[in-house]
Amino acid sequence: MCRLSAITAKDYFSPVENILTLETMKEGHDGSGMGLILKDLGGEFESLKDKPVLSGICSDAGLAALNRYMDAAGFTLVHTWTPKIKPVRGITARDNYFARVYDYPKGINDLSLDKKEALLLKTRLTLRKMGESDESIIVFSFYPDVVTLKEVGDPLELCEFFGLDDSTLKAKIIFAQGRQNTNYAINLYACHPFFIQGFGSMTNGENTAFVPIREFLASRGFPGYIGYNSDSEVFTHILHYAARGLNYPLHYYKDIITPLKPTEIDKRPDKAFVGHLKKSLRPLCIDGPNCVIGFAPDGTCFMVQDSKKLRPGVVGGKKGKISLVSEECGLNRAVPDRDANKDIFPMRYDMVIVSPGAEEVKVWNQLQGWTTTMN
Amino acid sequence: MEPVARLDNNHELTLKEFPFLIKWRDDRCKRCGRCTAVCPMFSITPAVIAKRVVSSSGATPTPHVERQVVTVIKQSTNIGNYCTGCATCSLVCPNEAIEPEYNPNNKFLIHKNAAGGAYTRGGRRNDPLVSTLDRLKFTRISMLTDPALDAGRHEFRIRTYLGRILPAEELPVKFVNGSGEMDASGGKFIPPVREIYPVMIGSMSVGALSPTMWEGLAMGITYLNEVEGMPVVMCSGEGGMPLRLLKSRFVKYFIPQIASGYFGWDEIIRAIPHMVEDPCAIEIKYGQGAKPGDGGLLMAHKVLKLISEIRGVPQGVDLPSPPTHQTKYSIEEAVAKMIQSMSMAWGFRVPVYPKISGTRTAKAVLNNLVRNPFAAGLSIDGEDGGTGAAYNVSMDKMGHPIASNLRDCYLDLVKQGKQNELPLIAAGGVGKKGNLAANAAALIMLGASAVSIGKYIMQAAAGCLGDENNRCNVCNIGRCPRGITTQDPKLYRRLDVDKVAMRVVEVYKALDTELKKIFAPLGRSTELPIGMSDAISADDPAIAERLNISYVC
Repeated sequence: MCRLSAITAKDYFSPVENILTLETMKEGHDGSGMGLILKDLGGEFESLKDKPVLSGICSDAGLAALNRYMDAAGFTLVHTWTPKIKPVRGITARDNYFARVYDYPKGINDLSLDKKEALLLKTRLTLRKMGESDESIIVFSFYPDVVTLKEVGDPLELCEFFGLDDSTLKAKIIFAQGRQNTNYAINLYACHPFFIQGFGSMTNGENTAFVPIREFLASRGFPGYIGYNSDSEVFTHILHYAARGLNYPLHYYKDIITPLKPTEIDKRPDKAFVGHLKKSLRPLCIDGPNCVIGFAPDGTCFMVQDSKKLRPGVVGGKKGKISLVSEECGLNRAVPDRDANKDIFPMRYDMVIVSPGAEEVKVWNQLQGWTTTMN
Repeated sequence: MEPVARLDNNHELTLKEFPFLIKWRDDRCKRCGRCTAVCPMFSITPAVIAKRVVSSSGATPTPHVERQVVTVIKQSTNIGNYCTGCATCSLVCPNEAIEPEYNPNNKFLIHKNAAGGAYTRGGRRNDPLVSTLDRLKFTRISMLTDPALDAGRHEFRIRTYLGRILPAEELPVKFVNGSGEMDASGGKFIPPVREIYPVMIGSMSVGALSPTMWEGLAMGITYLNEVEGMPVVMCSGEGGMPLRLLKSRFVKYFIPQIASGYFGWDEIIRAIPHMVEDPCAIEIKYGQGAKPGDGGLLMAHKVLKLISEIRGVPQGVDLPSPPTHQTKYSIEEAVAKMIQSMSMAWGFRVPVYPKISGTRTAKAVLNNLVRNPFAAGLSIDGEDGGTGAAYNVSMDKMGHPIASNLRDCYLDLVKQGKQNELPLIAAGGVGKKGNLAANAAALIMLGASAVSIGKYIMQAAAGCLGDENNRCNVCNIGRCPRGITTQDPKLYRRLDVDKVAMRVVEVYKALDTELKKIFAPLGRSTELPIGMSDAISADDPAIAERLNISYVC
C-alpha cells in the first residue's frame, strides 16, 4: 500500500520534509517509485508564478524534439531547473530531468485562464504522445506555479539522487507518494500524485470500481481524461470533473465518490440536488479501499476516505503548517510540535478540508455538515 | 419375408420416432388409472391385450398355459398425442410404475407437421448446451492489495435505476452559499427514475399464466417490497392487470405492458383516475426474444370470464396480437409518439421504455432512443427467452443471444458517454442452467442496469416442468400439468397461490445472498458494478474477444 505525505504551510519549505515523512512510514512502500508535486513555488520559481512550468523527463533526442515542438508552438523558455543528479546505486539515471518555465506564445497572455489552461493541456498531451512509444519524452505537468518530479526508486535514495537536500526547490504545498507497486507494471505515468489543470491528488489502496469510472471519464469528451496507467488517476480526474467541469463546490466531491443511501439523503437540506447527483454520477462511485489526498487550484487541500474499507489517513498540525498523511508516525515527523489531540482521522462520511496557507481546518460530514476544528 | 399385405400400418409411426418413451412396469402397476387420467397429451391410455400366460402351482412344476385378457398402459403412436416427457404420470403413480424416458434418436420434428400444420408449442429454445452466460466467471478477486468485503457482515446496496438519468451537465442546479439546490425556474424536464432491485420478473401476462400463478408472483413481489424491503418489480405482460390491483397502492410494484394487441388497456386507461399510486414504469413491447417477429397469442380456450374482463374482449375467441404495432410507422416518430403518449397518460411521472427482441439491429434502436428525451431505457430480450405460444421454428432458430447484443449496446453507449443515461435491461436465458445470480451478475458486468427473468421463476416458484430437451413445453394448449399456464380451474387449482408467493420470496432472498457472495470478493458493495468488465472472464477465447473481456484457462 502506498504511503502518502502532503504538507501545506504558510511558509515555503523543502520537499525533503515530505521525503523524511515517507521514510518514517517506510514499511508500507517497496521503493517502486516516488512522485512529488510542488505547488505555490518558492526559491528560484517565486518570481515566475504566472508562467507555465513544464515538468518531465526526456532522453537527449526527446529533449531536442521537445524543443523543436515548443519553439514551433511559440513558447519561449525563460528558466530551467534541473536536479543535480548524484549517482545512487540501483537508480538508473535518465538523460534529462527538468522543470522548465516558459513564456506563453504571443497573444496568449491576454487570454482568459480557461483558454490558457486549454492550450497548456493540449501542449502537454501532444508532448506525451510524441514520446510515449519510446519513452523519449515523459511530461507530468505543464501549469503555472507547479513542479512535478517522479522516478522509480526508494524515496530517500531518490532524494539523494536528485540532490533535493542541497536544492533551492521549495513550495508551500508539497505532495509526495512512496509507491507500493501492485497491479500494474512500474510506469512513471502510473506514479502518484496526478495533476490536471490545477487539481492534484494521490491515493493509497486500490480502486475496485476502476473500469466503469475510467469508461465514464474517458467518454466525457474532455481531452485530458486519458492515461489511467494507475487506477488512482481517476480520483484526480473526478475531482477536476466535479469542481471544474461541473462547477460543484469542493465538498460535493465526497458525495460523488461515496454517495449516501436514499434514507440518509432525505435528511440533508440539499437532498433534492444530492439525490440527482447520486443518480447522474453513479459510475463515479468508488468502492475503495482508498484514502484520497488532494488539492484544488486555490491551494485548498483535503483528505477523504471511501465509505467502507477505509485506508489509513490522518490530518494534523498547527496553524500555518498542516500535514495530511497516511500514517500517524508520518505526522509525528512532519509536524512534531503540534497538539496531537487535535489530529483528525476522517471516517466514512468525512472530508477534511485545509484552507490555503494552512489557516483553517474544517471537517465536512455528509450527514452532520461542517465542523471547524482549527482556525 | 413377410408378405407386404401384413404391413398394412406402413404409415404408422413407431415409438422410436417419439421424443419420450413411456417405461411402464406391469409388475408394479395396480391399475389405478391415475396416470392416464392426468396425462395432458392423452399419450397414454388404458388398453386390453390378449396374453399367453404360463403358470404353475403345486409341489412339482406343472406348466400350465392359458390365454388371458389383461389391462395395460399403452403409449400412443399418434404424433398429436406424443409424450412430452412431463412426467406427471410418475408424479401421481403410487407405485413408481411409470416414467417417461428421453429418446435421443427421436425423429419428432420430422413428423410434427401433420395436416400441414407447423409445430407450435410454448417454452423455450430447445438448446440444452451451455449458454455464453454460463461460460463467464468472476476472476477479479480482492484479497490482499484490496480487502474483500464480507457478504454476511457488510452492508450491500444491490439496487439499480429504471428511467432516463439526466447527465450531470444538464441538471438544473444552482448553488446558494455552497449548497446545491434544484432550480425549477428554467422548466427543465427531469425524467422520472425508480430505484429498483436489479433482477425483475419479466413480462408474463394474466391469461398466458393462470390466475393462481400470476397472483402468486404478484403476492410474492409485494411481500418482498413491503416486508423484506427489496424493491423487486414485475412486468404485467400484455393483457392488462386485475382492476383491484390497478386501484391499489401496490400498483407501484408493477410495470404494465402495452403490446401490439393493446389488450387490457381500455381497462387500464379507465382506471387511471382511480389510481392511488403510479405504476413503476410502462413497458412497450415491440418484440420478444423467444419469437422475434411474432406477436402474442392467447388461444380461445384460455379466454375465460376473468381473462375476458381484464382484457376487455369477448370470451372464447383467439387473441392474436399483430407481429408489429399497427400504428408504427418509424422509430423516429411513431415510437417516439407512443413513448410520449404513455408518459403523458401519467403526467410524465412514470418511466416508459420499449422492449425489443435481441437483434443485430438493436444498436440502431438504441441510438434512436438515446436521442429521445422521454425514452426511459431499453429492454433487450435474447433468444433464450420463453413464451407461452409460438412456432417451434421461431423459438429454435430466430433471435440473437443476449450476451453480445447487450455488450455491443453498452459499449456503444460508452462510446457516446451515455452509459449512465439510458439503462439497458437484459433478458433471455438468465438462469437457464440454474445459475441465476451468476448469470445476472455477468450481464450487469457486461453493461446491463437490470435483468429480467421468466422461465427461472416459473420453474423455481411453481415447478414448471419444461426444459431444453423439449420436455413438456405445451404452455400453448391450456393443459399445463402444473397449473401454471392454463385457465382451466381443475388444473390451476393444483397450484397453491400462497406457496408460489412464498417460493418467489425464497428465490429472491437466496438470490440476494448469492449476488452478495459474487460482489463481495470483487470489492463492490455501494453501487451495482455495471460495466465492471475487468471482473469477468470467458473460458473461450472467441467469446472473450467478442465481448471484449479477458480469456482465462
